[in-house]
Amino acid sequence: MALLEVRDLRVVFQRRGTEPFTAVDGVSFDVDPGQTVGLVGESGCGKSVTSLAIMGLLPSRGNKVTGSVRFEGTDLLTLNDKEMRNRRGRDLGMVFQDPLSSLNPVIPIGLQVTEVLERHRGMSRKAAMVEAADLLGRVGIPDPQRRLSEYPHQLSGGMRQRALIAIALACRPRLLIADEPTTALDVTIQAQILALLKELVRDMGTALIMITHDLGVVAGLCDEVNVLYGGRVVEKAARYPLFADPRHPYTHGLLASIPRLDGARGEKLVPIKGSVADNIPWDHGCAFAPRCPNALAVCREVTPELEAGDVRSLRCHNPVLPGTPAAQEVPA
Amino acid sequence: MLRFIVRRLLQAIPTLLILSLLVFVWLRSLPGGPAGALLGDKATPEKIEALNKVLGLDQPIFIQYFKFLGRILSGDFGSSLISGEPVVAEIGRALPATIELGLTALLFAVVFGIPLGYLAASYRGRFLDNATVIGTLVGVAVPVFFLGILLKQLFAQDLALFPPSGRQDVTIDPTHVTNFAVLDGLMTQEWDVAADALWHLVLPAIALGTIPLAVIVRITRASVLDVLNEDFVRTANAKGLQATLVRRRHVLRNAMLPVSTTIGLQTGLLLGGAVLTERVFVWGGLGSLLAQGIERRDYPRLQALLLLAAVVYVLVNLLVDISYAIIDPRVRAS
Repeated sequence: MALLEVRDLRVVFQRRGTEPFTAVDGVSFDVDPGQTVGLVGESGCGKSVTSLAIMGLLPSRGNKVTGSVRFEGTDLLTLNDKEMRNRRGRDLGMVFQDPLSSLNPVIPIGLQVTEVLERHRGMSRKAAMVEAADLLGRVGIPDPQRRLSEYPHQLSGGMRQRALIAIALACRPRLLIADEPTTALDVTIQAQILALLKELVRDMGTALIMITHDLGVVAGLCDEVNVLYGGRVVEKAARYPLFADPRHPYTHGLLASIPRLDGARGEKLVPIKGSVADNIPWDHGCAFAPRCPNALAVCREVTPELEAGDVRSLRCHNPVLPGTPAAQEVPA
Repeated sequence: MLRFIVRRLLQAIPTLLILSLLVFVWLRSLPGGPAGALLGDKATPEKIEALNKVLGLDQPIFIQYFKFLGRILSGDFGSSLISGEPVVAEIGRALPATIELGLTALLFAVVFGIPLGYLAASYRGRFLDNATVIGTLVGVAVPVFFLGILLKQLFAQDLALFPPSGRQDVTIDPTHVTNFAVLDGLMTQEWDVAADALWHLVLPAIALGTIPLAVIVRITRASVLDVLNEDFVRTANAKGLQATLVRRRHVLRNAMLPVSTTIGLQTGLLLGGAVLTERVFVWGGLGSLLAQGIERRDYPRLQALLLLAAVVYVLVNLLVDISYAIIDPRVRAS
């Protein structure tokens, strides 16, 4: 049995006086114990909302979450606030995008680590402090004993993200969700943080959901990848087939837009034209059709279904043919 | 921290100097003067001129100012033109009454304001929140003297629950130690004195404290709502901490920063409200001295009172800055 089974997850934001907005539109995926799964897509595709819905961290009002999120057989969406708080931090950990704003500026790092130990492992403050120093050391923070009494502003960006990782993994959760954990960091630090995450989840046997727009991160880390567009999964495959042979024009475009070190000098980057529309237009044909170089007449009329194949699932009427070169000028 | 405090106090000196000049010039630019006010109906231009000469008001204004400056540096603020008493003694006698009233009003505003603002934020958009928002709007809009008269009429006259005026019942004979009526009662263990003084404080303190209360409620509410949206609150929730712990440890403390500024600002404004409140409740503090001094153009008394207000303002601001440093480690560092 999978550790986490997300089935037909749907998140609709509804504010008074506005049209309901479907941020996540029937997403399904599994995460096996110890597995690393990527959720990939550009801003606004619903990947962060998916992760917050799994964690039960969406605002209590103004949204409707349907579908099911089974964690070890229990549907997390049916749990009440108190039961969810018992699980968060213990079974499910989360690392956020911006490490500075995600740490409380007026509380010492030590207490921010120990409070989760005190909460879920019933440790005394004193024992938790010893454990916290050990944890900070494990995530590669030098001189952890001294850091315990320091405040977030006294740490560098990379240190702060390491501290957040220590907090998220303090109780050895079975599932860690990392929401763009390296976006706010320098490139050199990004690599270090990713290597650290990779090492820790391997050592602890923790499953990881990696949320990112960065395909480089996916390539280095994920066993399986879900590409999201407009709140739906458009392509789902293991890492290797996805990178070697992207079939959905969106995935293909994402890969094509990565600058290559081995490309010819002066070669232009290939962007995907346009941007994600504000509301998700899956009602009339494919949501990606307006930006798609492969779009046919049928794409604008019939909404494609996610069709499972041997190596991948694909939601497309006219997929990219295997072996199509990546650097292809997309007609306007 | 000590260095910070000393530096801030030194910085206050030029402020106070400039302010003393402004007050000095401004008072003398008011129409009429102390001689006219003292002589009243019997004033003739000759008599006024003669009195001005006695008071030293015939000299050029900058000479008057430097003489004044020289005297206050040696602690001499002159004598009141009304009572003939040194203004320092006058103020010293009236100060405890005003401090007692002001502190009680402030305590009332803070003790009720912060929890109320916090509750309103917790129940955002529900009845309690809406009632609080509307209530505080009314609270800010009601003039102090009007509220004072209203409270007095309702609770002192009609319901006879509280005394209508004064600091102490006439039948009570307190022993004066500090001139803080409640404190004196406690120190001398005259419990009836302390209780009676407290009883007299209730209505004036509510009248004076209502505007600060309303402002503190609104700022606390807005600030808590702001902090609830912060990423670190989401992190705290992601840790699975109990909702109450998240609020107590992560929300409240961060929300207190703007609130402490507000408390400071309101404390500075308290003296203005105190003048009106003291009038309504015949309180006999600085407010009465000030009102009488303005009517009679009592320059020495007014100069001393206005400088005192400025010093209080500077000190309150210093306290606010210190509270910032206590709450927020980032301020401590810089």
